[in-house]
This record gives sequence, structure tokens and C-alpha cells, in this order.
Amino acid sequence: MNYFQLFHLPAQFELDLTELGTRYLELQRQFHPDKHAAGSERDKLMAVQQAANINDAYHSLKQPLLRAEHLLALRGLKISNEQRSFMEPAFLMQQMELRELLAEISEAADPYPLIDEADQQIQQQKKALLRQLQAALDANSPEQDHQAADIIRKLKFFFKLQQELELLEQQTQD
Amino acid sequence: MAYSNKVIDHYENPRNVGSFAKDDPSVATGMVGAPACGDVMKLQLKINDQGIIEDAKFKTYGCGSAIASSSLVTEWVKGKSIDEAALIKNTDIAQELALPPVKIHCSILAEDAIKAAIADYKQRHGN
Repeated sequence: MNYFQLFHLPAQFELDLTELGTRYLELQRQFHPDKHAAGSERDKLMAVQQAANINDAYHSLKQPLLRAEHLLALRGLKISNEQRSFMEPAFLMQQMELRELLAEISEAADPYPLIDEADQQIQQQKKALLRQLQAALDANSPEQDHQAADIIRKLKFFFKLQQELELLEQQTQD
Repeated sequence: MAYSNKVIDHYENPRNVGSFAKDDPSVATGMVGAPACGDVMKLQLKINDQGIIEDAKFKTYGCGSAIASSSLVTEWVKGKSIDEAALIKNTDIAQELALPPVKIHCSILAEDAIKAAIADYKQRHGN
């Protein structure tokens, strides 16, 4: 299913989140199962199915990485649920170093400067990768699509790091 | 989801954690990661002139299954030739640790780490 089509949005990475939210509410109202309660069994079933599709689509389009994966899948490149290991030594070495920095935070007497340092590094890299992802997806060529897939894989590591850092911050405050 | 006793044992008492000096010519390093969960694994093998793995160390940031998988392979590769080590399959690791299907990728990661380390060794020793 083409989630962009469902939401009447152009199939591209750049997306106005406010517009997405508005479309979501409109579609939700239109296909709310209560509105089809008087219809035939088949109508009711289809409304329920469509309401589920609308929810799935909204959650996928809202998150940049899922949106990018969906866009690639529409172009015939499926990378969600892949089990393949990522092997790029320089990138992984940098991930290892950031993980070590995070490990230091949990042991530091004054963790805040380290938290700031880690946060800055993660945000900076994430921003740069998201820009690259946008450019690769906009190019819309098979070669650039593979490039985009690799950038998504890298971004997943950074989203995970960000999660870990947020967890550490919470623990520090407790 | 419950971890098996073997996973818990390796997780609580990981074998061979640490690093060798990277510039040591007998040390081969394999780095792998799993985008889906953000796990990162480093496996280092100390290989003698006869191509036998004398020692192994690992460092893994990830879930218990990823740590257990890498800890287990450091035990398994010791004393093996690099060709024998290359034959270790993720299914052997998964079976030994009784990994559930959702954690199979951790064993794939450990298998790929061995392969990456061996590739690093071959590249640096020119064959």
C-alpha cells in the first residue's frame, strides 16, 4: 500500500508534519467505524480495515526513518526487517567510541559536561546524515536509493544512541 | 522473554572482555553492527605464524544475547585455525545459547564478526 497516496501527499521524503496531522484527522473521521455502523457487514469490515491502514500509514509517515524506508520500498528496495550485519569499520569504530563515552557518563562524578558532549556529537551527526538522506532520496535513482539505504542503516545506530543517552539522563536526574 | 541459563551465565560472567593493541601485527580486528537494534560488536583475534588463533577478546554494546554470543565465540575460536574458525555458523551459536527467533540476529552478528576479523587478517597479511 502506498501511504503517500492514502494521505494525498507527494511521494517524497520532505513532509509537512502539520499537514500530515490534519490529513490524518480528516481520514480518521471519514473512516471511523461508528460512521459505518449502519452499513452492510462488508462496509463495516472495510471501514475497520481502512481505519487500521490509516493508523499504520500515519505512524510510518510521521517518523523520518520509517518514511524513508517506505519510500524505498515503493521504489522496490525493501530494507525493513533485514537481518544483515552492517560492516563499515570506520563508522563502527566511531559508534564504539560514542558507546564508550556513554559508558563514562554513568561512572562520572559530574556527568553533565559529558552528557552535553555526547548529545552534541549525536545531534550533529544525525543532522548531517538526515541531510544526506534527503539528497539521496530526492535524486530518485537506483544507485542513490542504495546510498539512501546505507544512510538509513547508519541513522538507526544514532537513533539508538540517542535513546540510550536519554535513558542515562533520566537515571542521572533520579 | 526469558533468557536461557547459558545466556545469563555469559552475560553475568563474560569471557575475554577487552582489547588487544591494534597495531600488533598478529592481531586481527572485526567490527560489525546490527542497524535494527543498534548493537555494535568488536572481536579481536591473536593469530600466530601458523594461522592458529591463540587468544581472542571482544567488546560488545548490545543486549544480553549479543554479549553472550560474542563471549561464546571467543571461547570457541581459541586454538582453532582461521579456516576452522571461519566454519562457525550462527546456527551453532544460537543452538548452544538456546536463542529465541527474535534474537537470531545476535548470533549472525557474532558469526559475521569472526568473518570480518579473518578478512582483516588476510588483508593485512596479503592473501
